[in-house]
Amino acid sequence: MSLLDVRSVSKHFRGLRAVHEVSFDVAEGGIQGLIGPNGAGKTTTFNMIAGVYAPDTGQILFAGRAIHGLRPDEICAAGIGRTFQIVKPFAGLSVLDNVMVGAFLRERHAANARAAAAKILERLGLGAKRDLPASSLTLPDRKRLEVARALATRPKLLLLDEVMAGLRPTECDQMVAVFRELNRADGTTILLIEHVMRAVMALARQIAVLHHGALIARGTPEQVVRDAAVLECYLGEETEI
Amino acid sequence: MKRSPVLLAVLAALLVLLPLLVGNYALSVATLILYFAYTGQAWNVMMGFAGQLSLGHAVYVGVGAYAAGSLFFHYGIGPWAGVCLAIALCVALGLVIGFLAFRFRISGVYFALLTIAFAEFTRIGFDHLDWTGGPGGMFLRVAQRDTWDLANFRGPPLMYYYAMLALAAGAFALCAWLLRSRAGYYWQAIREDEEAAQALGINTFRWKLLAVAISAAMTAVAGVFFAFYYNNLFPEQIFHISRSIEIILGPVIGGVGTLFGPVLGATVLTLLSDGITEALAAVGWEIPGIKQVFYGVVLLAVVMFLPNGIWPALARRLRL
Repeated sequence: MSLLDVRSVSKHFRGLRAVHEVSFDVAEGGIQGLIGPNGAGKTTTFNMIAGVYAPDTGQILFAGRAIHGLRPDEICAAGIGRTFQIVKPFAGLSVLDNVMVGAFLRERHAANARAAAAKILERLGLGAKRDLPASSLTLPDRKRLEVARALATRPKLLLLDEVMAGLRPTECDQMVAVFRELNRADGTTILLIEHVMRAVMALARQIAVLHHGALIARGTPEQVVRDAAVLECYLGEETEI
Repeated sequence: MKRSPVLLAVLAALLVLLPLLVGNYALSVATLILYFAYTGQAWNVMMGFAGQLSLGHAVYVGVGAYAAGSLFFHYGIGPWAGVCLAIALCVALGLVIGFLAFRFRISGVYFALLTIAFAEFTRIGFDHLDWTGGPGGMFLRVAQRDTWDLANFRGPPLMYYYAMLALAAGAFALCAWLLRSRAGYYWQAIREDEEAAQALGINTFRWKLLAVAISAAMTAVAGVFFAFYYNNLFPEQIFHISRSIEIILGPVIGGVGTLFGPVLGATVLTLLSDGITEALAAVGWEIPGIKQVFYGVVLLAVVMFLPNGIWPALARRLRL
């Protein structure tokens, strides 16, 4: 059964056709990748799911319920957590307080929220840095903090927007391990937008490929890398000299 | 953070015993300090916690003062009922301003301008409202000044001092509690990054309105105190933008978003203002506006050298 069902959504910005009639679904417990060259419409698609924009046409169903047009906070409360491509830590707050903000969605009392947040930080390897101000973290740690904060809202579906970008290969592998563990132990479904092919290939069981706002291929990583249309958009046509 | 409770206990004991140690003039200065500590704390809920800059907080002082003052003036109803009316009116007004601003996504400088606009046209409105005395003002009857009449909030300066001390302490405790609760975390998240806050399931519209409502309610109580302490109300005076600025200066100088900032800021500014007056009198300078120049220079120095306010720097020194 699919947890997230995106049905022929479109989004236009003035004359620009950012996303056109895109459909795909994410299986419950699955890890789905969404890839494509720059300007393919990945982030727009992502933002429609996260409630930043309402789609012009089409539907988005989450666990069978229509969620298109809801506000971002309603989407989060429904069980979809997200990270931001350009990280947005609450710079003036400590690392622990950042994650507590997320945890308060499910825990009304500060003590419970603090305990939940501390547990998540341990899991992401940020336990030792919990009392530091978020502004003092390095980029890889900020990316981890983004994930920790989203996880604190206890999402059924985790949306990751280029969470590997800017990480070194070893850091990237650590993140992959964290997501695998989350998916395996908690059954968290994951949809990731990613440029880093190393991470997508290692994580995703299903990949959807966007190009010029349209879906051009879907399948397992092995199928997608052999797809002629995908090769063309990434590497250019063979006849071109 | 272990030393903070000790510091608080010493401060509280000192303030309770202060009337035994000083005369009436010093007590009136202390009352004024507590008044600005209180209003600063109220403003800080909106700006320091939730990041919503109000430059029109005088509107809540004024509406609160006129609400309780009118009840007393026209019907002889004491300030206990008056404070309820004042809070109700100010919360309603705050919610209207907040609704308009947040619904239409007016933020930052434009939000601040909106708060000024509301304060200004309320001032003009009261100038034309004969029921409250118009520009000629409203004067509350002062029957006696000797015994504590708590029902009508009439009594000696000592009573006003303790009332203001209770309010300031209450506001401090309320803010300390708010800051540690879900509301405090949500407000700070909104202050730091509203988009990220919303993505974590926070209905930012609702929580910002709550900050405005609490801040307005607290400031309304200060207005009631103002009415019964000074006993005369003029729209030109009470709603004037300089009143709003006075409220803001304490927390800005002391440290926006901190609990001790408004208290420290109010203390420093009030003592400074009085100190400059005394010093100028001692030296014998009578140049018009010289006091404002000195005051401005000190403010400028604090803002330049301690941009986060005095308290954060002091707390680091004291290792609190």
